[in-house]
Amino acid sequence: MPTSTLPETDLPAPEKPRMPLRSVLLWTGVALLGAVAWGVLALARGEKISAVWLVVAALGSYAIAYRFYSRFIARRVLRPDDRRATPAERLEDGVDFHPTDRRVLLGHHFAAIAGAGPLVGPVLAAQMGYLPGTLWIVAGVIFAGAVQDMVVLFLSMRRDGKSLGQMARDEIGRAGGAAALIAVFAIMIILLGVLALVVVNALAHSPWGTFSVAMTIPIALFMGFWMHRIRPGRVVETSLIGVALLLLAIVGGSWVQNSSLAGTFTLSPTTLVFCLVGYGFVASVLPVWMLLAPRDYLSTFMKIGTIALLAVGVVVAAPVLRADAVSDFATSGAGPVFAGSLFPFLFITIACGALSGFHALVSSGTTPKLIQKESQVRMIGYGAMLMESFVAIMALIAAATLEPGLYYAMNAPAGLLGATAESASHAVAGLGFTITPDQLTQAAKAVEEQTLIARSGGAPTLAVGMSEIFSGVFGGTAMKAFWYHFAIMFEALFILTTVDAGTRVGRFMLQDMLGNVWKPVGRVNWKPGIWLCSALVVAAWGYFLYTGATDPLGGINQLFPLFGIANQLLAAIALAVCTTVLIKSGRLRWAWVTGVPLAWVVAITFTAGWQKIFSDDPKIGFFAQRAKYADAIDAGQVLPPAKSLDDMHTVVTNSTVDGVLIALFLLLVAVVLVNAAVVCVRSLRSPGTLPTTEAPYVESRIPEGAH
Amino acid sequence: MRRAVRWARAVRWYLQELTGESEYDRYCAHRHRHHPHAPLPTRRQYEVLRAHHRETNPQSRCC
Repeated sequence: MPTSTLPETDLPAPEKPRMPLRSVLLWTGVALLGAVAWGVLALARGEKISAVWLVVAALGSYAIAYRFYSRFIARRVLRPDDRRATPAERLEDGVDFHPTDRRVLLGHHFAAIAGAGPLVGPVLAAQMGYLPGTLWIVAGVIFAGAVQDMVVLFLSMRRDGKSLGQMARDEIGRAGGAAALIAVFAIMIILLGVLALVVVNALAHSPWGTFSVAMTIPIALFMGFWMHRIRPGRVVETSLIGVALLLLAIVGGSWVQNSSLAGTFTLSPTTLVFCLVGYGFVASVLPVWMLLAPRDYLSTFMKIGTIALLAVGVVVAAPVLRADAVSDFATSGAGPVFAGSLFPFLFITIACGALSGFHALVSSGTTPKLIQKESQVRMIGYGAMLMESFVAIMALIAAATLEPGLYYAMNAPAGLLGATAESASHAVAGLGFTITPDQLTQAAKAVEEQTLIARSGGAPTLAVGMSEIFSGVFGGTAMKAFWYHFAIMFEALFILTTVDAGTRVGRFMLQDMLGNVWKPVGRVNWKPGIWLCSALVVAAWGYFLYTGATDPLGGINQLFPLFGIANQLLAAIALAVCTTVLIKSGRLRWAWVTGVPLAWVVAITFTAGWQKIFSDDPKIGFFAQRAKYADAIDAGQVLPPAKSLDDMHTVVTNSTVDGVLIALFLLLVAVVLVNAAVVCVRSLRSPGTLPTTEAPYVESRIPEGAH
Repeated sequence: MRRAVRWARAVRWYLQELTGESEYDRYCAHRHRHHPHAPLPTRRQYEVLRAHHRETNPQSRCC
């Protein structure tokens, strides 16, 4: 990333300093390079181009956006003041609040925001071609995602690290605050369910993958005991041992697959669901040092290592993009991976990497309490999000380098593809792509999986793409299976960490909410309360996981839009809070900086939500789907891909639940938006500025040049 | 050679900061500054405090 080499001269200067000639030349060069790369992407039609152009176009755009747009936001809109003490300095307690080196905090923040999201969405969105996805990832992050992260981080920092929910209540009002709180909780449940479903789809019937992911539990337990009991606090050495054991577990998986143990680790999706639900419950009630903390370290190390490896792989191997730039599904909306046209469904399928509401929770969590100097929100908020966006671009590249035939054979719903290589090959031909049954079998064999048919969820597709790229650089075709399972393991590891941590956060939120009704539940150390709330949270996401794993129409294909809409609605709440504060603090002139992304995200989520509820097309509208299957049940028919009347009833129940949920989400967010609009109008009508809850100015004693 | 050592030190410093391994020293320094005569926790005691703190302050990880 170019972030570390950029000059940090964003303090408000009395007069406009002229840019030195060398910088002018440098930035002109960067702009030209980026423009050339975009030109190549735009003009290449019919011929296959190298993925390096995507990388150059993205990096060039990020560099320009960081240097100019984020600086503009800092100088004109937020106006950070390095003479003002940050909460880390004022409230320093050696635990929660302490001024942290900005490079360290960038790493922290990045590790907290980047997970499986930017790896899954772009892979699914590749059905529309690589170009729409790339454009949205790059433009979305520059004008919406990174802006949201940076502004929320700044606002929370000015309010002693308050959470998004608290800020919504304080700045917008009680109705908006309460709606935001419930929305955050509900959205988190969906998110955990869908992410867990990605793991289930990746591990089903794969003894190698299941064994190596299962081994992360004893490895984490060992690490926990090692750094808690035997060598207290030695995190780095413990993590290195852990990573080594993890690699051994991947290698061991190959051996298990070919041994008599293979049967034990060959699990059906339903069995995996129960394993994950049980694991989620146990992990959330065990002491953190046993499982959650070590797993978190392992996941951080793997994350940084693998992403660096992927960047090197893409640049060195320079794979050719085999997918179309813009596929026919972009306009027809009849794609098998997710239904619906480019607008709005591309923009909700790719959330993380472009704009992710969930980041607002991280940006108003630990990070604001650790910032040393106010101006660093630019590097940490904006910069970390650009890095995540780059991860999304690499995931898109990995998916777009696959043969389209293989891509559709892996990502279309099982009901469409059938169970055999022949039926899948036939179905893919029906979509307008070719892959022979033999090629399909060969592809599965190359990564030592029983089958690659209908392995939806994004993880297996990404893993195949990564194994192609990695094996081109390190180890050749002999290593393909290793790299495939390495990629599966690393995604599963991220997701299980998110599931652990998310269940815990959800439990605390639930305890907090239920504590208002019945006091004892709210007590953080009352065991029955903890168990009850943990069980409720696990049951809630477990329900969606189970319905996803058993859905005849394909769980990912049904649930992913729900997940995308939920995540983007959270972004709408965050951007509404930001815009309201800008207007309340007399910065109406700059309110478009968060106001335009807010309008955009409201447009995409409400259009998508509307279509999901009211569309007559049973492929898109949940209630149209429900009606279609309910009518068939009345007529005693079984509609494919359902195989029995039970399946039919499952479809009816699932589509009803999904439709009602989307309606509920839209309603909650509408409450927040209306409340925010009322506050904004009141603010504009009042002669002065309305009070905000910013903490008072205290002069900083950390010298400005010290960082 | 000297450069390699410097790089290795920088990487070690970064990892220790990133993982919070150096939190203990910082906590002790902070305690010492504000309560010079209070006894400092041992590393083991500190880890128990830290685990308890993580227990009651869960942080969400994004997707």
